[in-house]
Amino acid sequence: MASATTTTQTVGLSSPPEKLSIMARLRKGDEIAFLVTFASALSIVLITVLLVQRLWADSVLSRHLFSWHFLHTSTWDPVQDQFGALPFIYGTVVTALLSLVMAVPVGIGAAIFLAELAPRKVSNVLTFMIELLAAVPSVIFGLLGIFIMLPLLNHYIVPIIQQIFGFLPIFQGKFYGVSYFSASCVLAIMIVPFIVSISREVLIAVPQSQREAMMALGATKWDVTWRAVFPYAKRGIIGSIFLALARALGETMAVTMVIGNVPKISASLFAPGYTIAAVIANEFTEATGDLYISALIELGLVLFAVTMIINAIARILMLGMARQESTL
Amino acid sequence: MSKKYPPRYKQVTNVVMLSLTGLCALLVVSVLFFILGYLIWNGARSLNLAFFTNLPVPVGQVGGGMANAIVGSMKLLLLASAIGIPVGVLGGIYLAEFGKGLFPSTVRYMTDLLNGVPSIVMGIFVYTLIVLPQHHFSALAGGVALGIMMIPIALRSTEGFLRAVPNTLREGGMALGASKAQTVAKVIIPAAMHGIVTGILLDVARVAGETAPLLFTSFGNQFWSQGWNQPTASLPVMIFNYAISPYEDWHRQAWAAGFVLLTGVFLTNIFARIVVSTKRSPARR
Repeated sequence: MASATTTTQTVGLSSPPEKLSIMARLRKGDEIAFLVTFASALSIVLITVLLVQRLWADSVLSRHLFSWHFLHTSTWDPVQDQFGALPFIYGTVVTALLSLVMAVPVGIGAAIFLAELAPRKVSNVLTFMIELLAAVPSVIFGLLGIFIMLPLLNHYIVPIIQQIFGFLPIFQGKFYGVSYFSASCVLAIMIVPFIVSISREVLIAVPQSQREAMMALGATKWDVTWRAVFPYAKRGIIGSIFLALARALGETMAVTMVIGNVPKISASLFAPGYTIAAVIANEFTEATGDLYISALIELGLVLFAVTMIINAIARILMLGMARQESTL
Repeated sequence: MSKKYPPRYKQVTNVVMLSLTGLCALLVVSVLFFILGYLIWNGARSLNLAFFTNLPVPVGQVGGGMANAIVGSMKLLLLASAIGIPVGVLGGIYLAEFGKGLFPSTVRYMTDLLNGVPSIVMGIFVYTLIVLPQHHFSALAGGVALGIMMIPIALRSTEGFLRAVPNTLREGGMALGASKAQTVAKVIIPAAMHGIVTGILLDVARVAGETAPLLFTSFGNQFWSQGWNQPTASLPVMIFNYAISPYEDWHRQAWAAGFVLLTGVFLTNIFARIVVSTKRSPARR
């Protein structure tokens, strides 16, 4: 009763401190509205806690049997019940980093163009298109990857790279189409919209005085952008890169379709490989035996932990930035 | 004699670098048209009436369609919306209107955490939650997986649009003697309605293409699935299975399905953004 009175007082500015009947209070609806919305918000916390608990509890077999060896041994043999995740971890890290190498320069370049050069109307239209690109489902990237990109890489791009840089070990070996490199190309296309869209917002948020001061000194547009605007926006842009990295690490379908799914570590980027997400997608429904399932769930746990850490870094970097609410 | 500033090399750098940024933007945008072009070219060619009306045919035979997958996808989205939209929107209302103290920031943090969970991990989660106890795949599990994935975005976008409603409206509502709940329901939410709907539409469009969480929840089905407790086919999973198969005719159907799926996703996106861009300012009503 006491809490109800305080609610009415803080809420209704002029409500008299009289006691309301239960029906009247229900009609006003404050307590009900609070409880219903509170329960919804609470469910988020419950789901998150349950998610962590499930991953932790259901990977117990594999965690106890292999302990840390799981992360640094490379035999993945379901028949012998030997599970080492290194090839998948290697594949995940290599494809994600390589995709960043391709996507970051292009993404930041495009963001600079959209924020600093293009007239606002043109910029808005182009940004809308780039955000549409982010809305393309990942399985469709996979579809295009298999039927369009692999032949393209096979016939044109990889022969050229091998001709010029063929002496480097990372570009050696026969190219069959499916490879770390192909997966990275698809990933790069998938994460570039994130980098562009967020970096553009960060750049636009840089105060105009920052530009004017340097402009007044007679600097060129590029100098202004590179030396006055860019350093100011650096934190947010790095944040967007971390966000993209988390996406790349967790991406499943498109990668599964073009990486080749071979649990082997190869120095060459043109060799087929495997990633954590891909092995879960491929083997989960076929996994027989509790240990096998448990090992796959532990892979899920590893993936979850890594993406959480990277997302947290991104959040810290972008702290205080008012991000527009969007699906990105 | 005074030297001209900026010097020539700086002007050259200026032009070169600025053109490069333009080139980057062009590159990214052209990828979109590349994708659209290929899907329309390959997809529209592959599309026929049978695709919408027939069931898949057994392996090796030519023909058939994906009628069950189209219906399956719709069922999954319906269930996902039934879970994701109410929880997300109500949670957003809590954060924007009722939340005080430490709890709301915890919820906000967990929401972002949940939003960043890789979709395949969400699949594992729902697998252990529903499929494992039930011992079979089901449309129910797939819908729950997609529904949970919808909550974070629905929640954060609802919160954002509610916060954008000016405080004067809240004060006005209460000055008329309305309770907090009445003000929120009759004044604040209507004022933010366009935005909330946009957020929901974008949310639905996003999970419509999700494949990874469905692989081991709703699984797949070559036939019609009866009710909610059976495995069901869905467009994204069909695209995946058909694309990696060795059959020419399945590839054709994968393109057709990709075309249908992408058309749906894009139309929803464009529609949603038009809705929000015609948003009337609440003050002028």
